[in-house]
Amino acid sequence: MALVPGVVKGLGVTLGEVAKTLVSGAETIQYPHQKEDPTPRARGVIALHEDNCTACMLCARECPDWCIYIEGHKELAPPRRAGGKPRQVNKLDRFDIDYSLCMYCGICVEVCPFEALFWSPEYEYSEPRIADLLHDKTRLGQWMETVPEFEAYEAGSEVKVKKVPR
Amino acid sequence: MSLAVEFAYWQITIFKVVMAFVAVLIPAGGTVYLYLFKMVSFMQSRLGPMEAGPYGSLQLLAEVGKNAQKEDIFPARSDRFVFGAAPYVVLISTFLLVLVIPFGPDAYFVNFDTGVFFALAVSSISVIGILMAGWASASKYSLLGGLRAAGQLIAYELPLVLAVVGVVIQAGTLNLNGIVMAQVDGEIFGWGAIGNPFILTQFIGFFIFMIAVQAELAQTPFDMPIAESELVSGYITEYTGFRFLMFFIAEFATANVFAFLASVLFLGGWAVPPFVTDLAGIESDSVAMNFVGPLVMATKMLALTFIVYWVRFTYPRFREDQLQSFAWKVLIPISLVNIAATGLLKVVF
Repeated sequence: MALVPGVVKGLGVTLGEVAKTLVSGAETIQYPHQKEDPTPRARGVIALHEDNCTACMLCARECPDWCIYIEGHKELAPPRRAGGKPRQVNKLDRFDIDYSLCMYCGICVEVCPFEALFWSPEYEYSEPRIADLLHDKTRLGQWMETVPEFEAYEAGSEVKVKKVPR
Repeated sequence: MSLAVEFAYWQITIFKVVMAFVAVLIPAGGTVYLYLFKMVSFMQSRLGPMEAGPYGSLQLLAEVGKNAQKEDIFPARSDRFVFGAAPYVVLISTFLLVLVIPFGPDAYFVNFDTGVFFALAVSSISVIGILMAGWASASKYSLLGGLRAAGQLIAYELPLVLAVVGVVIQAGTLNLNGIVMAQVDGEIFGWGAIGNPFILTQFIGFFIFMIAVQAELAQTPFDMPIAESELVSGYITEYTGFRFLMFFIAEFATANVFAFLASVLFLGGWAVPPFVTDLAGIESDSVAMNFVGPLVMATKMLALTFIVYWVRFTYPRFREDQLQSFAWKVLIPISLVNIAATGLLKVVF
């Protein structure tokens, strides 16, 4: 038998928590007045770096909810070196992510072979109309400004940290 | 002793009706805000409601407004009359209970000679309302919750009554004002500075009474009837809007009224310790106590409801069989021994 029975100890825990909250404040944050700082790798919203996108459709096909809509067309770009042939490139006509369907799994960011999709920690983009949650490529491109620089996965790691294309 | 001004019967009646609502609803609102909204939040390291009014103090009004405008849904196969009447029956029990509580030497609604008996009798009326609600809802969860509540409330009614018997033996009266006076005039081995609040001699009775109250109110260690993880919300599952609100008010108002009753029975009621009244140079049952008494009662009620909610938000739930065997095998034998010991000591001294 313990010195203080657990039944009494339990009462002490709850009362101690009351005292702690009264003295040093609550652990919670009063959201609309006070905002939490999301961690740099928080999954808030997906940003699109349009120049890197080749409309390869990998993200749209891997998306579990099918919430990415891509349309593109082929274009001839001027040759890289003088005298060369004009290059054929894919141009994006449409790149939409429907955030009313997105479940923030991040598979699209993972599979993108050309570093076109990035996580941003921004989370305040709710809308009164559900249709407005469909972000087109301009809106997705604007999120790029909020993407933080990559950090090393481990402190003191010697692996070179990638740069976010701006 | 009487007040200098004489009032007509209808004036007194209206005054009493208004005061009964005040005595039930104001403490209920106060403790719900203070304990259910705030203290519990602090126990979980959060602040609770903060938006409605300063520090969320008007949150309860917002909740009442919200519930009042909701649709009053009757389940398809429910017994409409019984379903609709059940919350009133539960709430009536609370109001009947507050009638016998004295808040001062003359500040009572009715002064029954058998006040204790009346209080314990009307407190059981809520069982009928709960059974009505459980049965008429035409829902499995409600029925199970209602039957569990009936079993629990009947089981814990016994220790509740038996714990009070010790007080009644010691006070020698069933009148609640008489019990208060017995405590304020009492002496501890000839020393009467603080009277003789029965919590000192009847601490076992007090302990059992508070446990039984906790069970009567179906507060957490004993909340098997409304166990939300298995029964949704027990007998109030099917209730919406205003009828749900009435169950809510009844639950928390009854907690206060039982706290009032416990402070009358065990903590000396509206009386202040005799050495205070001696300092002020008044009798312990003077007219002034009619105004001080309600404040004293409110203080004691707040202290006791604090214990109720503290326990409620600390302990996990009893299993149904543990709950029943705790009442029948632990509380009732102890309270019977307590009665026997009290009777014996009453005869000896």
